[in-house]
Amino acid sequence: MLMDTAVNLVEVEKGTMILPPNIIITSMDRLINWGRSSSLWPMTFGLACCAIEMMTTGSSHYDLDRMGIIFRGSPRQADFMIVAGTVTKKMSGIVRRVYDQMPEPRYVVAMGSCACSGGIFNTYSTVQGCDSFLPVDVYIPGCPPRPEALLEGIIKLQKKIKGEHFRWSRWR
Amino acid sequence: MEQIEKTFETRELTINIGPQHPATHGVLRLVLTLDGETVIKCTPHVGYLHRGIEKLGENRTYFSALPLTDRLDYISSMNNNVGYVNAVEKLFGIEVPERAKFIRTMAAEMGRISSHIIWLGTHVLDIGATTPFLYAFRERERILDLFEALCGARLTVSYPRVGGVRNDISQEFLDELYAFVLEFPDRMDDYETLVTENRIWKKRTVGIGVISAEEAVNWGLTGGMLRGSGVNYDVRKHTPYDAYDRVEFDIPLGKNGDCYDRYLVRMGELRQANRIIKQCIEKLPLGPVMADAPKFTLPPKDMVLKDMEHLIHQFILITKGPVVPEGEIYSATEVPKGELGFYLVSDGSGKPYRMRVRAPSFVHASVLPKLCEGGLVADVIANIGSIDIVLGECDR
Repeated sequence: MLMDTAVNLVEVEKGTMILPPNIIITSMDRLINWGRSSSLWPMTFGLACCAIEMMTTGSSHYDLDRMGIIFRGSPRQADFMIVAGTVTKKMSGIVRRVYDQMPEPRYVVAMGSCACSGGIFNTYSTVQGCDSFLPVDVYIPGCPPRPEALLEGIIKLQKKIKGEHFRWSRWR
Repeated sequence: MEQIEKTFETRELTINIGPQHPATHGVLRLVLTLDGETVIKCTPHVGYLHRGIEKLGENRTYFSALPLTDRLDYISSMNNNVGYVNAVEKLFGIEVPERAKFIRTMAAEMGRISSHIIWLGTHVLDIGATTPFLYAFRERERILDLFEALCGARLTVSYPRVGGVRNDISQEFLDELYAFVLEFPDRMDDYETLVTENRIWKKRTVGIGVISAEEAVNWGLTGGMLRGSGVNYDVRKHTPYDAYDRVEFDIPLGKNGDCYDRYLVRMGELRQANRIIKQCIEKLPLGPVMADAPKFTLPPKDMVLKDMEHLIHQFILITKGPVVPEGEIYSATEVPKGELGFYLVSDGSGKPYRMRVRAPSFVHASVLPKLCEGGLVADVIANIGSIDIVLGECDR
């Protein structure tokens, strides 16, 4: 028996249609990006003061786990890196090396004034913004940013990931 | 047996921990030489967070160097601020009003609680217990909310000022703080139930990283590190500053100088800090919160906007800095990590000629080889947690 399926298709949002009861029609991009953005694993990379606010965001009160964000100790398992704190010239090479060890696709969130622009430390030993040696995706200003600001930064990154095309199937 | 020993050729192994490692509390780097699981040699490398704070302090007026001290030991910014303003006040020779002294003492002890709580959470987490970490951050969040009510910032507070404090405290703040103070001992009992008599915790810390009282003094240790070895020295008791001579508190002392005793000392300090805050709230006197010393303190903002004379005063103090007598002073305060000293040299201008910070974390990082050598690799992590260092202060 033939059924007129086209009539029952419901468009829940642009590019995603549902055929009741449980068939979803969408693109691979949307499906995989939804999965990628829902389990972002950041590198635990505390450098200075902002790391304390990053810890606060990850712990009981703000609870990053509910967004699928679990801190990883190894760059091999990480999706993005939160550069939390002042990057000194001595440290910059190590930050870059850790970034290089992360698998593609990878992202960088610059947390705090120091990581964005050097902040108040305009000295001989401080890198004036980590974007001088890393491709930064999201900047979060503040000294240090509140946990809510970090959460918003991560949500911004999720939005960015959701809008990408074929990033998941490509490397280098 | 002898034959077996001959067939196995062993050699020493050198491994690197950090600067990117979750258990090094920042960017400390250790190079370990191992014989099996035993640490033969341990070399700490510091300087990965050297931001030039001392040099920056020399290029700013005495007032505007205050926010830099927030970023020294960023876990307890309030204590560093109090230490810095105490040093500058000693140099200027100004006396702080009673009310400001009590507020500062109260705020500093709040900073001590927030710092020790984060130490407890991370130290215990490194050794393998997750629950106290989550509990500890719950209480810390309340302290940070109180800081926010006090001065608008959570972490980098810059609340004390040279000559007093930035603003007077409100009754709502006091009520909220008093509620916290009444509740906190129960929370402490929670932590102690989870950790103090825990078998795994005791196995990981008792007899680990032992340092005797004599050695502790020789290494220049201060704070919980020194008191864990049984030496009764606390800057708050021996050279009281602010309102510490007006409040009653005990100094918890350890006996064996191992990680477990240092843990007990810091837990005792948490309870004492709570006791000090309670007394400060009860004894809080009325009066002004800024010293009446127009040459050395910034005029009130509302007067600056209305009155020409105050405006000129403000302009000169901000641009040139105060006229300070020549000389040098050293002032020490007890921060959660130990004795924080500021050594200021004045050449008569508005900026310090030299600002030197005696950071307890730097001294404590230097004792790490002494604690680790001869122990196991796993104990290195227990020792790092137990010395309670902050690299912002260590590297400055």
